Amino acid sequence: MSTVKLTVNGKAVAVDVEDRTLLVQLLRDHLNLTGTHVGCDTSQCGACVVHVDGRAVKSCTMLAGQADGASVTTIEGIAKGDELHPMQAAFRDNHGLQCGYCTPGMIMSAIDIVHRHGGELDEPTVRHELEGNICRCTGYHNIVKAVLDAAGRMKVSQAAE
Amino acid sequence: MYQTTYHRPSSVDEAVALFGKSSEAKFLAGGQTLLPVMKQRLAAPSDVIDLGKIKELQGVELSGDVLTIKAGTTYFDIMQNADVKKAIPAIAYLTSVLGDPAVRYRGTIGGSIANNDPAADYPAALLALGATVKTNKRSISAEDFFQGLFTTALEDGEIITAVSFPVPAKAGYEKMRHPASRFALTAVFVAQTKSGEIRVAATGASQSGVMRVGAIEAALKANWSPSALDNVSIPASGLLADIHGTAEYRANLVKVMAQRAVAAAG
Repeated sequence: MSTVKLTVNGKAVAVDVEDRTLLVQLLRDHLNLTGTHVGCDTSQCGACVVHVDGRAVKSCTMLAGQADGASVTTIEGIAKGDELHPMQAAFRDNHGLQCGYCTPGMIMSAIDIVHRHGGELDEPTVRHELEGNICRCTGYHNIVKAVLDAAGRMKVSQAAE
Repeated sequence: MYQTTYHRPSSVDEAVALFGKSSEAKFLAGGQTLLPVMKQRLAAPSDVIDLGKIKELQGVELSGDVLTIKAGTTYFDIMQNADVKKAIPAIAYLTSVLGDPAVRYRGTIGGSIANNDPAADYPAALLALGATVKTNKRSISAEDFFQGLFTTALEDGEIITAVSFPVPAKAGYEKMRHPASRFALTAVFVAQTKSGEIRVAATGASQSGVMRVGAIEAALKANWSPSALDNVSIPASGLLADIHGTAEYRANLVKVMAQRAVAAAG
Protein backbone atom coordinates (compact mmCIF):
# COMPACT_ATOMS: atom_id res chain seq x y z
CA MET A 1 0.00 0.00 0.00
CA SER A 2 1.09 3.56 -0.68
CA THR A 3 -0.43 6.94 -0.19
CA VAL A 4 -0.85 8.73 -3.49
CA LYS A 5 -1.22 12.49 -3.23
CA LEU A 6 -2.53 14.34 -6.22
CA THR A 7 -4.85 17.12 -7.28
CA VAL A 8 -8.10 15.98 -8.87
CA ASN A 9 -10.33 18.59 -10.49
CA GLY A 10 -8.62 21.31 -8.48
CA LYS A 11 -8.94 19.55 -5.13
CA ALA A 12 -5.95 18.07 -3.26
CA VAL A 13 -6.53 14.45 -2.29
CA ALA A 14 -4.50 11.70 -0.60
CA VAL A 15 -5.57 8.14 -1.26
CA ASP A 16 -4.23 4.88 0.20
CA VAL A 17 -4.07 2.33 -2.61
CA GLU A 18 -2.34 -0.94 -3.47
CA ASP A 19 0.71 -0.34 -5.64
CA ARG A 20 -0.93 -2.22 -8.53
CA THR A 21 -3.86 0.23 -8.64
CA LEU A 22 -4.39 1.94 -11.98
CA LEU A 23 -5.17 5.65 -12.17
CA VAL A 24 -8.65 4.87 -13.53
CA GLN A 25 -9.32 2.61 -10.51
CA LEU A 26 -8.21 5.33 -8.13
CA LEU A 27 -10.59 7.78 -9.80
CA ARG A 28 -13.59 5.46 -10.07
CA ASP A 29 -13.30 3.13 -7.09
CA HIS A 30 -11.64 5.37 -4.50
CA LEU A 31 -12.90 8.85 -5.44
CA ASN A 32 -16.24 7.73 -6.91
CA LEU A 33 -15.57 9.75 -10.06
CA THR A 34 -17.32 7.27 -12.31
CA GLY A 35 -17.59 9.59 -15.29
CA THR A 36 -14.29 8.21 -16.52
CA HIS A 37 -15.11 4.88 -18.14
CA VAL A 38 -13.26 1.63 -18.71
CA GLY A 39 -14.06 0.34 -22.17
CA CYS A 40 -11.49 -2.03 -23.60
CA ASP A 41 -8.99 -1.94 -20.71
CA THR A 42 -6.28 -2.54 -23.37
CA SER A 43 -5.25 1.07 -24.20
CA GLN A 44 -7.16 1.11 -27.46
CA CYS A 45 -10.64 2.61 -26.96
CA GLY A 46 -9.95 5.87 -25.13
CA ALA A 47 -13.06 5.80 -22.89
CA CYS A 48 -10.74 6.31 -19.88
CA VAL A 49 -8.93 9.43 -21.15
CA VAL A 50 -8.27 12.08 -18.49
CA HIS A 51 -5.84 15.01 -18.38
CA VAL A 52 -2.68 14.50 -16.33
CA ASP A 53 -0.75 17.75 -16.01
CA GLY A 54 -2.65 18.99 -19.05
CA ARG A 55 -1.98 15.98 -21.26
CA ALA A 56 -4.77 13.65 -22.40
CA VAL A 57 -3.72 10.12 -21.42
CA LYS A 58 -5.35 6.73 -21.01
CA SER A 59 -5.91 6.32 -17.29
CA CYS A 60 -6.20 2.53 -17.67
CA THR A 61 -2.56 2.46 -18.78
CA MET A 62 -1.02 4.39 -15.94
CA LEU A 63 -0.44 3.34 -12.35
CA ALA A 64 -1.97 5.53 -9.68
CA GLY A 65 1.52 5.95 -8.24
CA GLN A 66 2.74 7.47 -11.51
CA ALA A 67 0.22 10.27 -10.96
CA ASP A 68 1.58 11.12 -7.50
CA GLY A 69 2.09 14.86 -7.38
CA ALA A 70 0.21 15.41 -10.63
CA SER A 71 -2.84 17.51 -11.41
CA VAL A 72 -5.60 15.36 -12.90
CA THR A 73 -8.73 16.64 -14.62
CA THR A 74 -11.64 14.30 -15.33
CA ILE A 75 -14.91 14.80 -17.17
CA GLU A 76 -16.44 15.88 -13.83
CA GLY A 77 -14.01 18.78 -13.61
CA ILE A 78 -14.49 20.72 -16.83
CA ALA A 79 -17.88 22.42 -16.43
CA LYS A 80 -18.11 25.68 -14.51
CA GLY A 81 -20.97 24.94 -12.14
CA ASP A 82 -24.08 24.56 -14.28
CA GLU A 83 -22.34 25.98 -17.34
CA LEU A 84 -21.12 23.18 -19.58
CA HIS A 85 -17.61 23.30 -21.01
CA PRO A 86 -17.86 24.48 -24.66
CA MET A 87 -16.87 20.96 -25.78
CA GLN A 88 -19.68 19.41 -23.73
CA ALA A 89 -22.15 21.97 -25.07
CA ALA A 90 -21.04 21.30 -28.64
CA PHE A 91 -21.46 17.52 -28.20
CA ARG A 92 -25.01 18.11 -26.95
CA ASP A 93 -25.92 20.60 -29.68
CA ASN A 94 -24.48 18.45 -32.48
CA HIS A 95 -25.87 15.13 -31.21
CA GLY A 96 -22.30 13.93 -30.79
CA LEU A 97 -23.32 10.94 -28.71
CA GLN A 98 -25.77 8.08 -28.67
CA CYS A 99 -25.17 5.62 -25.84
CA GLY A 100 -22.65 7.98 -24.27
CA TYR A 101 -20.16 5.39 -23.13
CA CYS A 102 -17.21 6.76 -25.11
CA THR A 103 -18.23 10.39 -24.59
CA PRO A 104 -16.18 11.31 -21.51
CA GLY A 105 -13.01 10.08 -23.20
CA MET A 106 -14.00 11.69 -26.49
CA ILE A 107 -14.51 15.05 -24.79
CA MET A 108 -11.26 14.91 -22.82
CA SER A 109 -9.31 13.95 -25.96
CA ALA A 110 -11.12 16.57 -28.03
CA ILE A 111 -10.27 19.37 -25.58
CA ASP A 112 -6.62 18.33 -25.82
CA ILE A 113 -6.83 18.33 -29.63
CA VAL A 114 -8.22 21.87 -29.67
CA HIS A 115 -5.54 23.03 -27.22
CA ARG A 116 -2.79 21.59 -29.42
CA HIS A 117 -4.13 22.81 -32.75
CA GLY A 118 -5.95 25.98 -31.77
CA GLY A 119 -7.61 27.56 -34.79
CA GLU A 120 -5.89 25.22 -37.26
CA LEU A 121 -8.44 22.42 -36.96
CA ASP A 122 -10.11 20.95 -40.01
CA GLU A 123 -12.15 17.80 -40.49
CA PRO A 124 -9.32 15.46 -41.61
CA THR A 125 -7.20 16.59 -38.65
CA VAL A 126 -10.00 15.90 -36.18
CA ARG A 127 -10.66 12.46 -37.65
CA HIS A 128 -6.95 11.62 -37.55
CA GLU A 129 -6.46 12.93 -34.03
CA LEU A 130 -9.46 10.98 -32.69
CA GLU A 131 -7.95 7.67 -33.74
CA GLY A 132 -7.29 6.69 -30.12
CA ASN A 133 -10.98 7.03 -29.22
CA ILE A 134 -13.45 4.42 -30.40
CA CYS A 135 -17.21 5.00 -30.73
CA ARG A 136 -19.42 2.08 -31.74
CA CYS A 137 -22.68 4.06 -32.14
CA THR A 138 -22.32 7.27 -34.05
CA GLY A 139 -20.05 6.59 -36.98
CA TYR A 140 -18.10 9.62 -35.71
CA HIS A 141 -19.83 12.07 -38.03
CA ASN A 142 -21.50 14.19 -35.37
CA ILE A 143 -18.54 13.82 -33.03
CA VAL A 144 -16.32 15.44 -35.65
CA LYS A 145 -18.90 18.18 -36.18
CA ALA A 146 -19.03 18.78 -32.43
CA VAL A 147 -15.27 19.06 -32.09
CA LEU A 148 -15.06 21.54 -34.97
CA ASP A 149 -17.94 23.54 -33.49
CA ALA A 150 -16.30 23.53 -30.05
CA ALA A 151 -12.96 24.61 -31.50
CA GLY A 152 -14.66 27.81 -32.67
CA ARG A 153 -16.42 28.31 -29.32
CA MET A 154 -13.23 27.71 -27.33
CA LYS A 155 -11.35 30.22 -29.46
CA VAL A 156 -14.05 32.80 -28.75
CA SER A 157 -14.13 32.08 -25.01
CA GLN A 158 -10.33 32.18 -24.81
CA ALA A 159 -10.32 35.52 -26.60
CA ALA A 160 -12.88 36.81 -24.12
CA GLU A 161 -10.81 35.83 -21.08
CA MET B 1 -2.66 -7.38 -12.35
CA TYR B 2 -0.76 -9.29 -9.68
CA GLN B 3 0.54 -7.52 -6.60
CA THR B 4 3.72 -5.52 -7.07
CA THR B 5 5.72 -2.88 -5.27
CA TYR B 6 6.07 0.48 -6.99
CA HIS B 7 9.19 2.64 -6.70
CA ARG B 8 9.92 6.07 -8.12
CA PRO B 9 13.66 6.80 -7.97
CA SER B 10 14.99 10.22 -8.92
CA SER B 11 18.31 9.11 -10.41
CA VAL B 12 19.68 6.29 -12.55
CA ASP B 13 21.99 5.21 -9.72
CA GLU B 14 19.07 4.96 -7.32
CA ALA B 15 17.09 2.93 -9.90
CA VAL B 16 19.99 0.50 -10.36
CA ALA B 17 20.34 0.11 -6.57
CA LEU B 18 16.62 -0.63 -6.22
CA PHE B 19 16.87 -3.22 -8.98
CA GLY B 20 19.71 -4.95 -7.14
CA LYS B 21 17.63 -5.21 -3.97
CA SER B 22 14.54 -6.70 -5.69
CA SER B 23 13.93 -10.31 -6.60
CA GLU B 24 12.27 -9.86 -9.99
CA ALA B 25 12.10 -6.18 -10.77
CA LYS B 26 11.13 -4.47 -14.02
CA PHE B 27 11.97 -0.96 -15.07
CA LEU B 28 8.90 1.06 -16.08
CA ALA B 29 9.36 3.72 -18.79
CA GLY B 30 6.14 5.09 -20.30
CA GLY B 31 4.29 1.91 -19.43
CA GLN B 32 2.43 1.63 -22.73
CA THR B 33 3.58 -1.97 -23.16
CA LEU B 34 4.61 -3.15 -19.70
CA LEU B 35 1.36 -2.13 -17.98
CA PRO B 36 -0.93 -3.87 -20.53
CA VAL B 37 1.27 -6.98 -20.26
CA MET B 38 1.04 -6.87 -16.45
CA LYS B 39 -2.74 -6.42 -16.67
CA GLN B 40 -2.94 -9.57 -18.77
CA ARG B 41 -0.85 -11.31 -16.08
CA LEU B 42 1.76 -12.16 -18.68
CA ALA B 43 4.31 -10.35 -16.51
CA ALA B 44 4.37 -10.32 -12.73
CA PRO B 45 7.36 -8.29 -11.56
CA SER B 46 7.91 -8.23 -7.80
CA ASP B 47 8.89 -4.58 -8.09
CA VAL B 48 8.18 -1.89 -10.67
CA ILE B 49 10.89 0.76 -10.82
CA ASP B 50 9.50 3.85 -12.52
CA LEU B 51 12.08 5.78 -14.57
CA GLY B 52 9.57 8.50 -15.44
CA LYS B 53 10.74 11.10 -12.95
CA ILE B 54 14.47 10.84 -13.59
CA LYS B 55 15.50 14.23 -14.98
CA GLU B 56 18.80 13.00 -16.47
CA LEU B 57 16.76 10.75 -18.82
CA GLN B 58 14.80 13.64 -20.33
CA GLY B 59 15.55 15.82 -23.32
CA VAL B 60 17.04 16.15 -26.80
CA GLU B 61 20.45 17.54 -27.77
CA LEU B 62 21.79 18.39 -31.20
CA SER B 63 25.56 18.72 -31.25
CA GLY B 64 27.20 19.04 -34.65
CA ASP B 65 26.21 15.96 -36.63
CA VAL B 66 24.84 13.96 -33.72
CA LEU B 67 21.25 14.05 -32.47
CA THR B 68 20.93 12.59 -28.99
CA ILE B 69 17.51 11.70 -27.62
CA LYS B 70 17.50 10.83 -23.92
CA ALA B 71 15.76 7.54 -23.22
CA GLY B 72 12.87 8.88 -21.15
CA THR B 73 11.77 11.47 -23.71
CA THR B 74 8.15 10.86 -24.70
CA TYR B 75 7.03 10.38 -28.29
CA PHE B 76 5.07 13.63 -28.08
CA ASP B 77 8.11 15.58 -26.93
CA ILE B 78 10.24 13.98 -29.67
CA MET B 79 7.83 14.80 -32.50
CA GLN B 80 7.43 18.39 -31.28
CA ASN B 81 11.16 18.99 -30.80
CA ALA B 82 12.69 21.62 -33.08
CA ASP B 83 16.12 19.93 -33.20
CA VAL B 84 14.57 16.59 -34.19
CA LYS B 85 12.51 18.25 -36.92
CA LYS B 86 15.54 20.12 -38.21
CA ALA B 87 18.18 17.37 -38.01
CA ILE B 88 16.22 14.19 -38.82
CA PRO B 89 12.64 15.03 -39.84
CA ALA B 90 12.06 11.33 -40.67
CA ILE B 91 12.25 10.59 -36.94
CA ALA B 92 9.66 13.27 -36.19
CA TYR B 93 7.43 11.74 -38.88
CA LEU B 94 7.96 8.18 -37.63
CA THR B 95 6.96 9.33 -34.15
CA SER B 96 3.83 11.06 -35.42
CA VAL B 97 2.47 7.78 -36.88
CA LEU B 98 3.28 5.73 -33.78
CA GLY B 99 0.38 4.77 -31.53
CA ASP B 100 -2.27 7.44 -30.96
CA PRO B 101 -2.11 10.88 -29.29
CA ALA B 102 -2.72 9.54 -25.75
CA VAL B 103 -0.09 6.83 -26.18
CA ARG B 104 2.40 9.36 -27.59
CA TYR B 105 2.08 11.46 -24.42
CA ARG B 106 3.31 8.54 -22.30
CA GLY B 107 5.46 6.20 -24.41
CA THR B 108 9.22 6.76 -24.59
CA ILE B 109 11.97 5.91 -27.06
CA GLY B 110 13.90 4.01 -24.40
CA GLY B 111 10.89 1.88 -23.52
CA SER B 112 10.20 1.12 -27.17
CA ILE B 113 13.69 -0.12 -27.99
CA ALA B 114 14.11 -2.01 -24.69
CA ASN B 115 10.95 -3.93 -25.56
CA ASN B 116 12.07 -4.53 -29.19
CA ASP B 117 8.68 -5.55 -30.52
CA PRO B 118 9.19 -7.02 -34.02
CA ALA B 119 6.69 -4.51 -35.42
CA ALA B 120 7.83 -1.44 -33.46
CA ASP B 121 8.90 1.70 -35.33
CA TYR B 122 12.05 2.97 -33.59
CA PRO B 123 14.20 -0.16 -34.11
CA ALA B 124 14.05 0.49 -37.88
CA ALA B 125 15.23 4.07 -37.41
CA LEU B 126 18.10 3.06 -35.13
CA LEU B 127 19.31 0.31 -37.44
CA ALA B 128 19.03 2.33 -40.67
CA LEU B 129 20.69 5.41 -39.18
CA GLY B 130 23.47 3.44 -37.49
CA ALA B 131 22.52 4.79 -34.08
CA THR B 132 24.27 4.07 -30.79
CA VAL B 133 22.38 3.01 -27.67
CA LYS B 134 23.88 4.51 -24.51
CA THR B 135 23.30 2.74 -21.21
CA ASN B 136 24.45 3.35 -17.65
CA LYS B 137 27.29 0.90 -18.39
CA ARG B 138 28.33 1.20 -22.05
CA SER B 139 27.60 2.18 -25.65
CA ILE B 140 26.05 -0.44 -27.95
CA SER B 141 25.67 -0.16 -31.74
CA ALA B 142 22.12 -0.70 -33.05
CA GLU B 143 23.36 -3.83 -34.89
CA ASP B 144 24.52 -5.37 -31.63
CA PHE B 145 21.62 -4.06 -29.55
CA PHE B 146 18.69 -5.71 -31.36
CA GLN B 147 18.97 -9.47 -31.02
CA GLY B 148 15.66 -10.87 -32.23
CA LEU B 149 12.05 -10.91 -31.06
CA PHE B 150 11.71 -8.93 -27.83
CA THR B 151 15.41 -9.57 -27.20
CA THR B 152 18.18 -7.00 -26.77
CA ALA B 153 21.77 -6.83 -25.59
CA LEU B 154 20.62 -5.28 -22.30
CA GLU B 155 21.76 -7.11 -19.17
CA ASP B 156 19.77 -7.38 -15.96
CA GLY B 157 19.65 -4.03 -14.23
CA GLU B 158 21.10 -2.14 -17.21
CA ILE B 159 19.26 1.07 -18.08
CA ILE B 160 19.18 2.79 -21.48
CA THR B 161 20.06 6.43 -20.93
CA ALA B 162 20.01 7.81 -24.49
CA VAL B 163 20.13 7.08 -28.20
CA SER B 164 22.59 8.94 -30.43
CA PHE B 165 21.81 9.27 -34.12
CA PRO B 166 24.37 10.45 -36.68
CA VAL B 167 22.55 13.09 -38.73
CA PRO B 168 22.10 11.60 -42.24
CA ALA B 169 22.24 13.32 -45.63
CA LYS B 170 18.76 11.97 -46.37
CA ALA B 171 16.27 9.75 -44.58
CA GLY B 172 12.69 8.60 -45.00
CA TYR B 173 10.23 6.29 -43.28
CA GLU B 174 7.03 4.79 -44.61
CA LYS B 175 4.71 2.42 -42.86
CA MET B 176 1.76 0.24 -43.72
CA ARG B 177 -0.05 0.85 -40.50
CA HIS B 178 -2.20 -1.73 -38.80
CA PRO B 179 -5.42 0.26 -38.33
CA ALA B 180 -6.28 -1.16 -34.90
CA SER B 181 -2.93 -1.67 -33.18
CA ARG B 182 -1.13 1.12 -35.11
CA PHE B 183 1.96 -1.06 -35.16
CA ALA B 184 3.71 -1.54 -38.49
CA LEU B 185 2.21 -4.28 -40.60
CA THR B 186 5.50 -3.62 -42.39
CA ALA B 187 7.53 -0.42 -42.46
CA VAL B 188 10.86 0.62 -43.94
CA PHE B 189 13.39 3.28 -42.93
CA VAL B 190 15.88 4.35 -45.63
CA ALA B 191 18.94 6.48 -44.98
CA GLN B 192 21.83 7.94 -46.92
CA THR B 193 24.65 8.80 -44.52
CA LYS B 194 26.81 11.87 -44.95
CA SER B 195 29.64 9.59 -46.11
CA GLY B 196 27.39 8.18 -48.85
CA GLU B 197 26.54 4.82 -47.30
CA ILE B 198 23.02 3.54 -47.98
CA ARG B 199 21.30 1.78 -45.08
CA VAL B 200 17.80 0.31 -45.17
CA ALA B 201 15.96 -1.36 -42.30
CA ALA B 202 12.56 -3.06 -42.23
CA THR B 203 10.31 -3.67 -39.23
CA GLY B 204 7.19 -5.81 -39.06
CA ALA B 205 8.76 -8.05 -41.68
CA SER B 206 11.24 -10.60 -40.36
CA GLN B 207 10.53 -13.39 -37.89
CA SER B 208 13.80 -12.33 -36.26
CA GLY B 209 12.77 -8.74 -35.66
CA VAL B 210 14.13 -5.61 -37.29
CA MET B 211 16.47 -6.33 -40.23
CA ARG B 212 18.70 -4.67 -42.80
CA VAL B 213 17.59 -5.21 -46.42
CA GLY B 214 20.74 -5.76 -48.49
CA ALA B 215 19.05 -6.11 -51.87
CA ILE B 216 17.40 -2.72 -51.52
CA GLU B 217 20.57 -1.09 -50.22
CA ALA B 218 22.50 -2.35 -53.27
CA ALA B 219 19.86 -1.12 -55.72
CA LEU B 220 19.67 2.31 -54.06
CA LYS B 221 23.45 2.60 -54.01
CA ALA B 222 23.44 2.28 -57.81
CA ASN B 223 20.51 4.67 -58.21
CA TRP B 224 18.81 6.56 -55.35
CA SER B 225 15.27 6.61 -56.69
CA PRO B 226 12.01 4.71 -56.12
CA SER B 227 12.14 3.24 -59.65
CA ALA B 228 15.52 1.66 -58.90
CA LEU B 229 13.59 -0.87 -56.82
CA ASP B 230 11.05 -1.81 -59.52
CA ASN B 231 12.81 -5.07 -60.35
CA VAL B 232 14.03 -5.90 -56.85
CA SER B 233 12.46 -9.03 -55.42
CA ILE B 234 12.46 -9.69 -51.67
CA PRO B 235 12.38 -13.36 -50.68
CA ALA B 236 9.44 -14.34 -48.45
CA SER B 237 11.38 -16.94 -46.50
CA GLY B 238 11.83 -16.02 -42.85
CA LEU B 239 9.21 -13.27 -42.96
CA LEU B 240 6.28 -12.96 -40.56
CA ALA B 241 2.92 -14.41 -41.58
CA ASP B 242 -0.36 -13.99 -39.70
CA ILE B 243 -4.04 -13.24 -40.31
CA HIS B 244 -3.13 -9.70 -41.32
CA GLY B 245 -0.75 -10.65 -44.13
CA THR B 246 1.17 -13.55 -45.63
CA ALA B 247 4.96 -13.64 -45.85
CA GLU B 248 4.68 -12.96 -49.61
CA TYR B 249 2.49 -9.92 -48.95
CA ARG B 250 4.99 -8.57 -46.44
CA ALA B 251 7.88 -9.24 -48.85
CA ASN B 252 6.17 -7.03 -51.39
CA LEU B 253 5.40 -4.44 -48.73
CA VAL B 254 9.12 -4.20 -47.90
CA LYS B 255 9.78 -3.11 -51.48
CA VAL B 256 6.78 -0.78 -51.75
CA MET B 257 7.41 0.89 -48.39
CA ALA B 258 11.08 1.32 -49.36
CA GLN B 259 10.06 3.01 -52.60
CA ARG B 260 7.73 5.37 -50.76
CA ALA B 261 10.39 6.06 -48.13
CA VAL B 262 12.92 7.01 -50.82
CA ALA B 263 10.34 9.31 -52.40
CA ALA B 264 9.71 10.89 -48.97
CA ALA B 265 13.43 11.30 -48.32
CA GLY B 266 13.84 13.11 -51.63
